[in-house]
Amino acid sequence: MEANSVIGTINKKGQKIVDPEYLFFEAPRQQHFMTGSEVVREAIRRASVDISVAYPITPQSEAAAMVGDLYVEGYVGDYFRGESEFAVMSQCAGASFGGARVFTTTSGPGTLRAYENFPMWAGSRLPILINVMVRGINSPLNIQPDTLELGMILDTGMLIWHAETAQELLDYLLKGYIVAEEPDVHLPIAIVIDGFFVSHTKDMVMIPSADIALPPYNPYRSPVPCMDMEVPPVRMMRDPFVMKSNYISYATHASWQQEIRAAIERSRKHTIRLIGGLIEEENSDAEILIVSSGTAVAQGREAIRLLAEEGIRVGIVKVKTLRPFPHEEIRQATKNAKLIFVPEFNVVGWMAREIKAVIPDNHRVIDGPHVAGGMTMPPEVIVEEIKKVLAGKKEVVHG
Amino acid sequence: MPKYRVLPGPEAFLPPSAACAGVVLPDPGQALIHGDIVHEDIAMDEAAKQFLMAKVPTIFPGPLVLWNWNEKAAKKATAIKALYDELKSHNPGALLIPMPDYRPKYPKINPEVEINPNHPNLTIWHNKIDVCMFVGVHCHQANLSLKIIRGGTNCYTVAMCAQAGHEDAMLTFRDATPEKIWKFTEAVRKAKASGVYASPSGVAVSKA
Repeated sequence: MEANSVIGTINKKGQKIVDPEYLFFEAPRQQHFMTGSEVVREAIRRASVDISVAYPITPQSEAAAMVGDLYVEGYVGDYFRGESEFAVMSQCAGASFGGARVFTTTSGPGTLRAYENFPMWAGSRLPILINVMVRGINSPLNIQPDTLELGMILDTGMLIWHAETAQELLDYLLKGYIVAEEPDVHLPIAIVIDGFFVSHTKDMVMIPSADIALPPYNPYRSPVPCMDMEVPPVRMMRDPFVMKSNYISYATHASWQQEIRAAIERSRKHTIRLIGGLIEEENSDAEILIVSSGTAVAQGREAIRLLAEEGIRVGIVKVKTLRPFPHEEIRQATKNAKLIFVPEFNVVGWMAREIKAVIPDNHRVIDGPHVAGGMTMPPEVIVEEIKKVLAGKKEVVHG
Repeated sequence: MPKYRVLPGPEAFLPPSAACAGVVLPDPGQALIHGDIVHEDIAMDEAAKQFLMAKVPTIFPGPLVLWNWNEKAAKKATAIKALYDELKSHNPGALLIPMPDYRPKYPKINPEVEINPNHPNLTIWHNKIDVCMFVGVHCHQANLSLKIIRGGTNCYTVAMCAQAGHEDAMLTFRDATPEKIWKFTEAVRKAKASGVYASPSGVAVSKA
């Protein structure tokens, strides 16, 4: 029953099953120029996925369709279209309950339509990997880039990693399965990218050979009984535990929810090793810092360059994982900062709220700049914001 | 903030999960005692001591060893029975209470017959168990039970885990194999032979 027992064997597509460490860190890679959607296809080609359920919604439709191509080619065990996003996520749950490695994607309003399933996935300890290509939540109709939906899924119990680039997207999709399926973690994981900015633009990506793949998922390492109706243990459904109104019922339900949060915390150890820490820092000893995630970080880097030309020294902290949230890492990285700017592609500033909640003297956090509704964030907007605050002026929302 | 320690309760109406209080699971070859990482051999000796000093040492085997579903499970079950026999020969009050599955039991569970992960405190209270060991219990259910036990009872908990271990036990092993259970049995046998630990009288009110 050991997960590694299949390493070195050949799957039905002729791919050699390799140790994840080899695939991630040692296997030769070749450079390709690809869109984010194509990168999803290449990651899933190497991920030994058993089943993928799809539903069209922009901007994830292209990636979902490409996974369908993988099914036709024989790299994915099964593939079908759900009736709606809610159905898709429910069908993903069923497949995962049955012991399959599952992949799906969603975006924007689709994420909200599917929403009820995410805490159910987490509560059931289903290690489903979902690629969330964030876009605007309808206002009244909007398909443009916006990270508001990402703020809405923070407390569903899922692990959440926010990729900045296509390269991170590839690596996070593959590494995400390995962390999510650890028995002490065993939670759903959302690999998030900013829609269009990553999904529909081309980038240089280093990709390992297509003739190697991750080991398949071993459902018998699950921390809850895998729903195998033929083989004990356990020839039983996961019946709901006592629903009475008494102390022990409350204690059980509360402990169950605590256990999901505990599993998120346990993922730190595995995640830090695989993706090299939960944050990245650049000049974080500067008195002015930019802290953000996703493509806001890329814009922040360019803003730093522009400001340096004017003699203003600014550092940057890139947040790679939102769940687990890197509390201590951010506290340490920002301890010397006098001003902490949080550029975000949304109107509400959820990332600034997260940061304010974990650092001392949080009046240092400047909630912005913000763009929303699909507006791009030129680095000049960040530069302008920093200069405004330095001059004692207030932020505006662009869009 | 002082480091959180995983100690026998009763701790609170709803104790925190130790993982959220900063306790990190051990790496291979290591174990946890009260949330501190130690060498596995040290934990073996400490667990043996706790079992031998207990009035009602109890093993709670779960479905992963009670069901003869693969060769490893059968070997583990044999090793656990040998461990129980070793404890029983030291203390007639030792118990072996199964947890065959996790289904709700209506109209009520019988804590003398089996332990239910959602009501572990009933089994502990009913049998006056002061030291227990979980083995072959799915990790999620084990963590729930261990936390409820810590919250409402003063029982010392040990977890012999086949995966990464359990922060919510006072003492936990990881990567448990039949060989590791036999090694623990040998640690109990040696500790018993040392004569340091007198045989408690045992106050059990039921027998498995």
